[in-house]
Order: sequence, then structure tokens, then C-alpha cells
Amino acid sequence: MERHLKVPADKKELIELKSGDYVYLTGTIYTARDAAHKRMFDSLLEGKEIPISLQNQFIYYLGPTPAKEGQVIGSAGPTTSSRMDKYTPAMLEQGLKGMIGKGKRSKEVISAIIENQAVYFAAVGGAGALLSKCIKKSEVIAYDDLGTEAIRKLRVENFPVIVVIDSQGHNLYETAVEDFKKNNK
Amino acid sequence: MRTIHTDDIIKNIREMCMEANLSLTEDMKCRFQKAYDSEKSPLGKQILGQLQENMEIAKEDATPICQDTGMAIVFLNIGQDVHIEGMPLKEAVDEGVRQGYRDGFLRKSVVKDPLIRENTKDNTPAILHIDIVPGENLEILVAPKGFGSENMSRIFMLKPADGEEGIKRSVIEAVKDAGPNACPPMVIGVGLGGSFEKAAFLAKKALTRNLDQSSEKPHIAKLEKELLDEINQLGIGPGGLGGSTTALGLNIETYPTHIAGMPLAVNICCHVNRHSHRIL
Repeated sequence: MERHLKVPADKKELIELKSGDYVYLTGTIYTARDAAHKRMFDSLLEGKEIPISLQNQFIYYLGPTPAKEGQVIGSAGPTTSSRMDKYTPAMLEQGLKGMIGKGKRSKEVISAIIENQAVYFAAVGGAGALLSKCIKKSEVIAYDDLGTEAIRKLRVENFPVIVVIDSQGHNLYETAVEDFKKNNK
Repeated sequence: MRTIHTDDIIKNIREMCMEANLSLTEDMKCRFQKAYDSEKSPLGKQILGQLQENMEIAKEDATPICQDTGMAIVFLNIGQDVHIEGMPLKEAVDEGVRQGYRDGFLRKSVVKDPLIRENTKDNTPAILHIDIVPGENLEILVAPKGFGSENMSRIFMLKPADGEEGIKRSVIEAVKDAGPNACPPMVIGVGLGGSFEKAAFLAKKALTRNLDQSSEKPHIAKLEKELLDEINQLGIGPGGLGGSTTALGLNIETYPTHIAGMPLAVNICCHVNRHSHRIL
């Protein structure tokens, strides 16, 4: 099913999303990948504050290429999500509701997604030039020293994603391949 | 004896880093079109269409095809009648990479130490493979490699008795494990034979070979075709969301090996299988 979703979204809208839905996101999301996750995770372990409130927010696993003059952002496609798995349950506990990346998630992450009624989306991997067109504003707001791995606040418009793991734990990576094989025997 | 100045090498590597990240070679584009035409899954077809559109935008806007503009893998085939003048060769290669990644607005994705992980901020050092060959040319191949797919690559130290069946089983296992993580449709480079490190090198080299040029050895060419067909029956599909296009191509490079072994390396590449080739 095709849907349009304003982000951050409310709980009811997130629960309605089903694995396999094609969703266009509009609103504010944050970027964070390996190094930013590690730093936030370490801060939480030490009982320190993290630089952004994750309550109801979406994180996009992204490290863009540098923007040229006149560009909002450079190439901006998703990175592999599983590298964030170690840190993800802690982020979900902080109120994180959406993750955008690509690739499989661990069992622990899937359980934490269900427990926190969050959603995992995939963007098309390797379509960085195309996806950058849907990013209208980009601003580094934390961990500037990490370069491409800094935390950015993005304003996105009709950013195309697919629901892979919904709040009930249905996993499109498992069902889609099986369904395809069944239908194309 | 021919003299080549390192300034010339720097200039070429700079341009090649940018070129490789902005557009794919013709064989890759043809495979994309064929995959688009034959993909059986509607969502798979839609994704392949988006990837083609992405390549158009990358070219028009001079924005890299993918944000992971990779670590720069550089192969130099140096003719033995070439004299290189100027700065130390390795420094010249890194300077070319430095300038290419700076001037091309490419991402700096290299950390200085695997554990401390401080970014070098200029994407150096490159990974440099040098071979000495007959003649007086200098052949340069720049192949930026993304790590979403690199992380899913594997080495199998197979034994002679594993045979062709063992090779197939292992390659399929690697591709299945990679699944959506490696940004399918993938390109698979297989290195067969040699030693532990030689197999890995051959697998990388296999990724840079024209996809329309099968192995010169008939039994290996047959294996390439059979493996590609089997991979495309796995159903992983574009984006890992189901479909008949899991890999766009598969090349195998071989080398003689020891009586006791059959090393097999599987270097997985995403659909942004990049390389730029020049002869000076």
C-alpha cells in the first residue's frame, strides 16, 4: 500500500504501517551512523546526556558525500543497518520510533522494535543521487568532528522508503523473497 | 626506455577517481537495461528503474552514484621499460586519490587505524597493487570499492575433493548471506586457486573485468554462467525485496594452486561496480 507520512509521526500512524507498505516521508529526520551511534551509546552508558532527544524521532543511517556549492547535500543513500544493531535497542529505549537504512536486523533489534512499537524502513541502497533530491535542508547539529559521520538534521519531502519490519515484527526481507519464489515456480 | 613523470600519474588518478564515481562502464549499463527488461517482480522492476534514474541524475548533476564513494583500490601494471620520474610512486598515487576525492566532492571514508578509527580526511591511503609487465606502458586501473558489499565478502579454504560442487555451494552461501546488505543486484568476483591472499586478490581483479568477456577457459566460462543462473534463481532480487535479478554478473579468475588445496574467495560488489581504466 502507498502512504504519505509526516515525521515525526504519532503512535497510531506508526502502528498502522505494515511490512511492504511504500511510504513517502515528509518532515524532520536525523542522520547517524557507526561513529555517532557508538558515541551516543557510550554517553548513555556513562549516564550522560546525548546531543539530541530521540523521543518520537527517526534516524537515517547515512553518511553523505560533501555538498557542492548550491547543493543541500551530496549523494545521500542508506548504509547497512546491521552495523548499528549493537546500539539500536538502547536508542529505541530513548524513544526512537523510526530507522531508515538497508539490510537485515538482528533478533534483538526486531524484539526491541516490537517492544517499543517502532518501524524499520529501507531506502533503495545505492540510489544516493536520486534520494538527495528529496532532502531540502541539512544541518550538522552534533559531533561535527566526525565529518560525514556527524549527526545531521534533515528536512525531507516525499522521501521514498519501504516498511521492512513493522511494529508487529513482520519482516519483508523474509516474506518477499519467499513470496516471489512461490509465485514464480 | 620511456620516462613517465609522477605528475602525469597524479593527474590521471585524480580524474579517474571522479570518473569512476560518476558513471558506470557500458557493460554495467547494458546489464542494468537487460535486468530491467526481464525482471519478474513489479517492485524489483521499480527499484531497477530507480537505480537507472539515479545514474542519470548522477551524470547530469555530477553527484556521485552512491554516497559510499569507497576506498580507492589502484592497480598499476608497470612496463619494465618504463622509468618513473618525480616523487615516490606510492606518494604520487595517494596524491592523485587525495586530489580526486577533494575536487570531486567524494566522501572521505578511510580511518587511519582500524581500532582508533580517526578519519584521514582525504580518503588516503589507497590500496595499491603493482605488477611489472613487459613493454613501456603504464596501465592504471582505479576501482573505488564500497564497504556495504565488501563486508559480505568471504574466503573459503576448500580442499581438492570439494570440487565444482563445493565451489558452487560456497559462492551461493556467500550471496545468500549477503542478501539485502550488499545492495543487490550484486556483481560477484570469484578468485579460485593460488594461496589465501592470491585468491582474494583474484576475486577483486575479477570484479574489474568486462562482464561481457567470459573466462578464456571453457570449463570456467561454463561455471561462471551456471553460477550466475543459480544466483538469479535465489529470489533475493533488487534491494533484497524479491525478484529475478539478484546479480548482474559474475566473473571468475583462476591461478595454479597447491596439490592440497583449492582456495576460493568471493568478493561481493553492489550494483555500483566502478572502475576506470587508462593506459599511459
